[in-house]
Amino acid sequence: MAELNVGWKPRKENEYLGKEIPRVEGNEKASGHAKFANDINTKGTLYAKLLTCKHAHARIKSIDLDAAKKVKGVKGVFDFRKFLDDPKAFEIHYDGTIIAAVVAERPEQAEDGVKAIKVEYEVLDHFVDEQDLKGATEKKRTGEVGNAKKGDVEAALKDAKHVHKGYYGIHTITHMCLEPHGSHCEWKGEDLKVHLSTQNVSGTAGQFAGSPLIGIDQANVEIVCNYIGGGFGSKFAADQWGICAAVMAKELGAPVRLMLDRATELKIAGNRPSGFGNITVACDAEGRITAWDSEHWGSGGFTDVDKPGKTIDINQFPYVFDFENRNRKATGINTNCGPERAWRAPPHPQLCALTCTALDDLAAKAGMDSLEFYRKNIDQLATKAANPDIYRAEFDIAAKLLDWKGKWHPRGEGGKGAVKKGVGLAIHRWGGAAHAATCLVKVHPDGTVESFAGSQDIGTGTRTCIGLVLAETFGIPPSMVKVNIGTNKYPQSGPSGGSTTIGGVSGPNRRAGIEALGKIFDLVAEKYSVKADTLSAGKGKIWSGGKEVCSWKDAAKLIGPTALEVQGKGPVKDGLTSLEVGGVQMVEVAVDTETGKVRIEKFVAVQDCGLIVDLLTAKSQVYGSLIMGIAYSLSEERIMDNKTGRFINADLENYKLPRIGDIGELIVEMYQPDSEYERGVIGLGEPPVIAPGAAISNAVANAIGVRVPVLPLTPQRVLDSLAKAKG
Amino acid sequence: MSTPDRDQNTANGTGFSRRDFIRGSGAAMAATAIATSTVEARADDKAAKPNVKPAEATEVTLTVNGKEHKLKLEPRVTLLDTLRTDLSLTGCKDVCDTANCGACTVHIDGKAVYACTRLAHDCEGKKITTVESLKDGDKVDPVVSCFVKHDASQCGFCTPGFVMAVRAFLNSKPKASLDEVRKGLGGNICRCGTYHGITECALEMAKGG
Ligand code: FES
Ligand code: FES
Repeated sequence: MAELNVGWKPRKENEYLGKEIPRVEGNEKASGHAKFANDINTKGTLYAKLLTCKHAHARIKSIDLDAAKKVKGVKGVFDFRKFLDDPKAFEIHYDGTIIAAVVAERPEQAEDGVKAIKVEYEVLDHFVDEQDLKGATEKKRTGEVGNAKKGDVEAALKDAKHVHKGYYGIHTITHMCLEPHGSHCEWKGEDLKVHLSTQNVSGTAGQFAGSPLIGIDQANVEIVCNYIGGGFGSKFAADQWGICAAVMAKELGAPVRLMLDRATELKIAGNRPSGFGNITVACDAEGRITAWDSEHWGSGGFTDVDKPGKTIDINQFPYVFDFENRNRKATGINTNCGPERAWRAPPHPQLCALTCTALDDLAAKAGMDSLEFYRKNIDQLATKAANPDIYRAEFDIAAKLLDWKGKWHPRGEGGKGAVKKGVGLAIHRWGGAAHAATCLVKVHPDGTVESFAGSQDIGTGTRTCIGLVLAETFGIPPSMVKVNIGTNKYPQSGPSGGSTTIGGVSGPNRRAGIEALGKIFDLVAEKYSVKADTLSAGKGKIWSGGKEVCSWKDAAKLIGPTALEVQGKGPVKDGLTSLEVGGVQMVEVAVDTETGKVRIEKFVAVQDCGLIVDLLTAKSQVYGSLIMGIAYSLSEERIMDNKTGRFINADLENYKLPRIGDIGELIVEMYQPDSEYERGVIGLGEPPVIAPGAAISNAVANAIGVRVPVLPLTPQRVLDSLAKAKG
Repeated sequence: MSTPDRDQNTANGTGFSRRDFIRGSGAAMAATAIATSTVEARADDKAAKPNVKPAEATEVTLTVNGKEHKLKLEPRVTLLDTLRTDLSLTGCKDVCDTANCGACTVHIDGKAVYACTRLAHDCEGKKITTVESLKDGDKVDPVVSCFVKHDASQCGFCTPGFVMAVRAFLNSKPKASLDEVRKGLGGNICRCGTYHGITECALEMAKGG
């Protein structure tokens, strides 16, 4: 067989890779024909609505579920206490806890059923203030979740030229997937088909099959997810509400759709944990950072009775950097709030928001330009795989795009009027290695190509990218490649989280494609009396030393009457994929010191990510990240009411997200020298969402001369910080 | 706070008002954006009756995408639920149900409207257009193609609503400026952050692209 190099083509030879190519399912999505789990309406579908508890901590004294059954249209009621071995032990630990689901012929009838249920609660003591370490300690809600020392911080602080101590924080946010968690479940005999809104097509069947309330063979479960309306790390599991839908569908002999309502989605289906902390940092006269000391706390919501709570993981503090002398300590708080789930790049956005702000304050104290300060310290990176030269190059590009030199000024010199301008920067890192995945590639005798994988497209462009990898490999137009993903019946793939999918799918497809091509080259060699190892494929033809041998279609015909099938596997250490990216973000803001309102003027992101498969969708990841970043930096936060323990802004009215007019000018620059192409494919979804918090906070500090310590930087927090500085 | 692109009138032929639902959900104030103004008309007070209780389903004929549908619906059922549940036109999405996000945007007599704020019975005799009508086989509306060209969707869940908002916006402001785009499309929310692509798309279309 022709021995083909599995590496990527020389960059210049690419017809499709690295170009801006629109996503294949674009028309379906934009015209509303794409069906999400939320949209599945097979004949006879019943609709479920949820009864949730409005207390932060309670027990059920009495409940009358039968009342719902008497309501017109109601077909059945599911009691969530069933998930416990001992239903009497059922206890509510946070607002939004599901008590029951009512299934009816129409959605409004299901709601009537929910309203008909009478519950009496015994309300218990709660604690929800994750910023209040003292109160949490008094209530015995805390536990140490990390404490490590390195070097001699005390001595280093004594020797340092500049020492800065500050308090910083970042509040909890939710995922706010516009398509809530949920599914449509339908049985045919013993077979269960689940349209699940999931980032984990290949990994959820077992959770349905193995649930004690279902108990069927995993082979009988089909998971389907062609489209998912946002997950951001929160949709990897079947979840109790998924099991509930399957059980009710079986019991009632009809398909059941159960999607969380908006409030419940926000309250219990995942959030990004908070962090608050006191940080001390020091540097020498040159601006070299010599010491770090941090003590932080926060909460990942309710963990379990008598377990310490969680907060942002301590192991990467300080973020991106590490210093010779470094102490770090973390305390988790167990609150009566919904439990955390992975949120895009966990927990880097919080680590960055605390680290890059403290470092910026130290730079200001040392009287240095923040960019110069970063340049001075960029060799003190925590991760061995990280490359300081990439950051150095990105600093230069970003500085030019924002005009850092022209716009940076010492703190507080942001203009004479009420509206002050300032600039800030922050940096980040992420792994992004390929996850384990397989695929099946078929080359049909008519020259068309198909790929099958139990993967999913969470909006990143997975379908499109698989198609481009195969089109490039066979030298055929992307329209000749059909990509089949979205069911667990296809070859096993990894879950889409942590920027692992692009490497996860492009490696196996390239490998399988190359193997298939080698086999076809052998056939071509025989038929046309050429040497197989001189052959290449491109522009719809097979070539030998620059001469056309035959068309791709003629070559494919040689396969015989049935398709040539090849399995692809990954990851393999063959250079197709790798890991570790860095990025630099710089932003200019305008702050109205009278109203406290922060406006984004210009936001520059420079990002490396190895070889880019589709430049258009890659850039979209970065644009989207900046916008999500603006959201959690300026307006978005979960607000808990200490008195009632409730999540009081669990709706789209009061949970503030930016709209199209709130984002300013965004500039995305993919860092793409040949050296990046040579690194192979690396994931991109997470990294650019990390730095906005610190970059924006630093820009605000630069503008108004005062640090607003806690994100998001709402007008009130900005005004409070200004007032405090005035004394 | 108002934009000319949203229909300001809500008829109340049935005596039932969407407002009651919204009031019931505890989120009755005007839709709020951070900086831009979004508006969805509320039912006028005269006709509002605090009545969300079940009632007999009665006949109603709706004209959707040029086709007539005879349906039997309770007076309280929203246009959004009818389109999604009874007609399987699921391009309009049920995201907030409180007139904040625009995911449910359809056109009524050519104007962009949040379908979650209308009762199906009130839409009798009106021309309802849903996003599905913008693609018929290979024939797609230029707004759809332009969204795709600028990659103005990621997960795609907000996208159909946005497409309908852009379509109506451009119908009323075919030569819109950047500033007008930023204000006029403030009634929709995207979580994935596709605003950049949407802005590019709207501007290109406004330039006659
Ligand atoms: S669902 Fe109608 S505006 Fe959000
Ligand atoms: S594309 Fe996902 S919400 Fe807009």
